[in-house]
Amino acid sequence: MRDVAIIGVGVTKFGELWNKSFRAIGIEAGMKAMEDANLSGSEVDGIFVGNMSAGRFINQQHIDALIADYSGMATRHIPATRVEAGGASGGVAFRQAVMAVASGMNDIVLVGGAEKMTDLDDSSINSVLDATADAEWEAGMGVTFAGLHAMIAQRMIHDGIATREEIASFAVNSHFHGALNPNAQFRKAITLDTVLRSGPVATPLGVFDCAPISDGAASLVLCPLEDAKKYTDSYVKVSAVTQASDSLALFQREDITTYGATVAAAQQAYQQVGITPKDIQVAEVHDTYTVAGIMALQDLGFYKRGEAGKAVMEERCHIGGDIAINTSGGLKARGHPIGATGVAQIVEITEQLRGSADKRQVPNAKYGLAQSSGGMGSAVTVSILEAI
Amino acid sequence: MSSVAREWREIPGRYNLEGSKCGNCGKIFFPRRDFCPVCRRASLGKIEDYQVCRTGKVYTYSIIHEAPDCNNRLKPYAVAMVKTDDGVMITAQLVDVDLDKIEIGMPVRAVLRKLDADGASGVIHYGYKFVPAN
Repeated sequence: MRDVAIIGVGVTKFGELWNKSFRAIGIEAGMKAMEDANLSGSEVDGIFVGNMSAGRFINQQHIDALIADYSGMATRHIPATRVEAGGASGGVAFRQAVMAVASGMNDIVLVGGAEKMTDLDDSSINSVLDATADAEWEAGMGVTFAGLHAMIAQRMIHDGIATREEIASFAVNSHFHGALNPNAQFRKAITLDTVLRSGPVATPLGVFDCAPISDGAASLVLCPLEDAKKYTDSYVKVSAVTQASDSLALFQREDITTYGATVAAAQQAYQQVGITPKDIQVAEVHDTYTVAGIMALQDLGFYKRGEAGKAVMEERCHIGGDIAINTSGGLKARGHPIGATGVAQIVEITEQLRGSADKRQVPNAKYGLAQSSGGMGSAVTVSILEAI
Repeated sequence: MSSVAREWREIPGRYNLEGSKCGNCGKIFFPRRDFCPVCRRASLGKIEDYQVCRTGKVYTYSIIHEAPDCNNRLKPYAVAMVKTDDGVMITAQLVDVDLDKIEIGMPVRAVLRKLDADGASGVIHYGYKFVPAN
């Protein structure tokens, strides 16, 4: 297996992009990544696209062909593959692309992640999200995706793992960083009181505990590490990218306050690189809901069970703290165009490790981590990138 | 809109809490599985029907305020994960209950209720919900 490098990144602004179509945002992110990697496009020999549900959001299947066509790769007959893994679609697409380059099957691969959510009405959008859990035995019973996360939060509070205030503080952390990101959907810091007083969605969670509905796309260019210097001086190494599974339905688990797939993927990733969680200076975690962010910090080994909420509440996950968490603003403030999210996390970590993160730059970061999660932690990828 | 067949084939589980049990290791499954994820191939041909206990306790819960259109008429409504007295975890709505008085550990029992409907002319879905046992 060959070592793999990320030589280019691109991301659109995330938000309610009324004037832009799925095709437009997908191509915008891809072109930015190609320009960043100093490529003309004729070097690319493979495409992987993370997209959760264009079929239901814009009534368009076959996104792989659409992206190949509009990026100018169809005339050269370059293979394109669309990947769906719920909220982890972007993370899994990235992993597939890394494997393609590592194996020698491809040399220069374009990774895309895109979702156009706002072309559909809010209620229908939420029913698409509900279907990433068990559509038959959870959503079909009237239990929303927010409701499942709320039940985790309720149990965590009951078991003394985190208080309601500690869980809510995750949104404060994400917004603090989002205010520094020009591409974020919400560029405004908020207080704990704002989260606690926001309208109820599924108790104990309110509107400010939930990631927004967003449009957006992100893109990466990968090549073998040994070739990276041919294209750019500004690249990072992909040190590990692991993936793990868990039951589709939350009720099939022994313990609902931890995601076994995150724990498994993280352990494997640390082992592959030969480091511990303490060696990570910056991380992007999948905070679809505040409670999922708190769980991620514990499952990734950054904090012991029962201590993550306290750390976030004490602002120890800000840039300059114990570890910088969600410097992009996370899903909550940067926005969560589902298929784009996992790829956008890798864009952010790449920017941090090559020192191009501007106002949200973490000083001298050597290792960065991204956790992408689908459904109720039913598919999780953990990626560790390393500064060169 | 789903087909009548999709609703019909799940009637034993949805109406009567019928699950299955692995004849090899004894593990109980709800909803029913035709294959034991623990024993895998050794479970083939050994999966038995199993009637899940209709009483249990609330393991965790939430009050839903933002619901899909089909459940708008119910808002706000309670949902829970219930651990039945034979140890099976089930996710369902909690009804006929004062929303302020729900708590973890509260005893409940399963009842058959209307869940929702696919519009004015589509399939009406029925299934289990839980009510306070006392």
